[in-house]
Amino acid sequence: MSDATKLYAQNGDPGFPRIVLPEIPNLAQMETYESNGGYAALKRALEMDPAAVTDVVKKSGLRGRGGAAFPTGLKWTFMPKGNEKPKYLAINADESEPGSFKDRQILEFNPHQLIEGILIASYAMGIKAAYIYIRGEYYKWYKILEKAVEEAYSRKYVGENIAGSNFSVDVYVHRGAGAYICGEESGLMESLEGKRGYPRVKPPFPAQNGLWGNPTTINNVETIANVPAIIWNGAEWFAKIGAEKHPGTLLYGVSGHVNRPGVFELPSGTLLTDLIYKYAGGVIGDKKIKMVIPGGSSMPPLRGDQLEGVKMDAESLKGVGSAIGTGGVIVMDEDTNLTKVLLRITKFYWDESCGQCTPCREGTGWMKKILQRMYDGGGKAEDLDLLVRVANNIEGNTICALGDAAAWPVKFTIQRFRKELEEELASQERSAAA
Amino acid sequence: MFTEENLRRVEEIKKRYPKPMAALLPVLWIAQEQFGWISEEAMHYVGGLLGLPFNHVLGVVTFYTMYNKKPVGKYNIQFCANISCMLRGADNLIEHLEHKLGIKVGETTSDGLFTLKEVECLGSCGTAPMMQVNNDYYEDLTSEKVDNLLDEFRKQAQR
Repeated sequence: MSDATKLYAQNGDPGFPRIVLPEIPNLAQMETYESNGGYAALKRALEMDPAAVTDVVKKSGLRGRGGAAFPTGLKWTFMPKGNEKPKYLAINADESEPGSFKDRQILEFNPHQLIEGILIASYAMGIKAAYIYIRGEYYKWYKILEKAVEEAYSRKYVGENIAGSNFSVDVYVHRGAGAYICGEESGLMESLEGKRGYPRVKPPFPAQNGLWGNPTTINNVETIANVPAIIWNGAEWFAKIGAEKHPGTLLYGVSGHVNRPGVFELPSGTLLTDLIYKYAGGVIGDKKIKMVIPGGSSMPPLRGDQLEGVKMDAESLKGVGSAIGTGGVIVMDEDTNLTKVLLRITKFYWDESCGQCTPCREGTGWMKKILQRMYDGGGKAEDLDLLVRVANNIEGNTICALGDAAAWPVKFTIQRFRKELEEELASQERSAAA
Repeated sequence: MFTEENLRRVEEIKKRYPKPMAALLPVLWIAQEQFGWISEEAMHYVGGLLGLPFNHVLGVVTFYTMYNKKPVGKYNIQFCANISCMLRGADNLIEHLEHKLGIKVGETTSDGLFTLKEVECLGSCGTAPMMQVNNDYYEDLTSEKVDNLLDEFRKQAQR
């Protein structure tokens, strides 16, 4: 049990801990997890008052790692206190945002810390059953999770009277079947109920009216995997790591034109340029950077000349007109064709729009058509304004955030690369005239 | 229709949820596992097992991309074409596969061995370009690696 500190914050250095992906071989095995002190935080939590557990998470400053960075402890307090209705927890393992591949690392290398976090969260909120909703394509990780959950049942950490306490909770793994929209929390709940993943109108919010009309909390995989470490080491320990208003480590995924793409667990507020050059090995062929999307494909992109001094946390990125999203950094070198990138991203949102709201269903299709025309060389000077107008008519006019996610990349790429795109269109018009 | 073992699994799955409708996605997975794809007949059957109308089952099957609405090849190749894979040459590899297999994206080879699909982000951006064949991921692909995999699948199919 003394090794638990190593498990929950490897290296012991408060400035550089590895909280959710410690470098311990075979940690996905129950024996390894337990012999490194695993499930000790659960036992400690079970000795506390449930409200005190939520309080620690609240004080730690932990914010959601699924994109919106909402304060986790605060979210938990939205759940009703009594037990008139059964309460549910849904874990969002539907990782599908292009550029995001971080939760998968936890599922593969540290599934028990996720399960332990689920159990602590369930105890804090009085949950009856927790469902881990994993995207259908993640078959391998679905199998890993199922095995880990079975092991946890057989060791009595899950089920009736967990770890010898009075508290009982079930944990189930539920596999999706291919739909980006099910990563949106209300789409996820619809899908879990056995329907099409159509996002719901809010309010009512999930804490009042979630799964089967009952109080429900939805948390991301990485968010919950942090919870055992917070309970073990205390709120103050966690709050001191990384950026003050968005503390802890983040799993940054770096992809695109870099020499060493991958997932890096580093304190929040790490410099974007350090991520790219120090950790991801710099740009292939030492080329210059044209554009970086800092938090998954729906976040506003940054120009290569905007990167200096940018820190990777919610507040800092907001300050430069973008957002942390899922921490998925996509790097594009100076030779990247922006129209091709925008067409590719827009095609994705068009494909994944659930079709409920007209502005999103139709608007994504129109943007795709215009971008396709530009990509095929038949663009006109007014296409940029037309694209922005369509994007503005989607943004804010839909039930869920997919509409904004489709509008932002188009709008902000045009805003930040207007000159280059105008020159491209002018040359297309010249060759059409000739 | 379902094997004894699969019927037993359906009963186990139903216990996990307060309403039987929630078992629909998992039970459709069992159907696809047993039949290879989900026919209208299978939709009627699954609806009957869970007490759901056919039109609800049809609506769900057609909403989710991973349920095969028609038979697919023995090796269902789903190549990621999204941004991080595109930046690392996915387009060329998809063309290479079309050429090698003699089919276009969306088609199945005449021997029924391979189906080629272009899919959206599979969460492997750090190991791009990549593809999923049936349940398995193949990452950090090059044209040589793709060729070797096709040979390997052809050999496997002959066994």
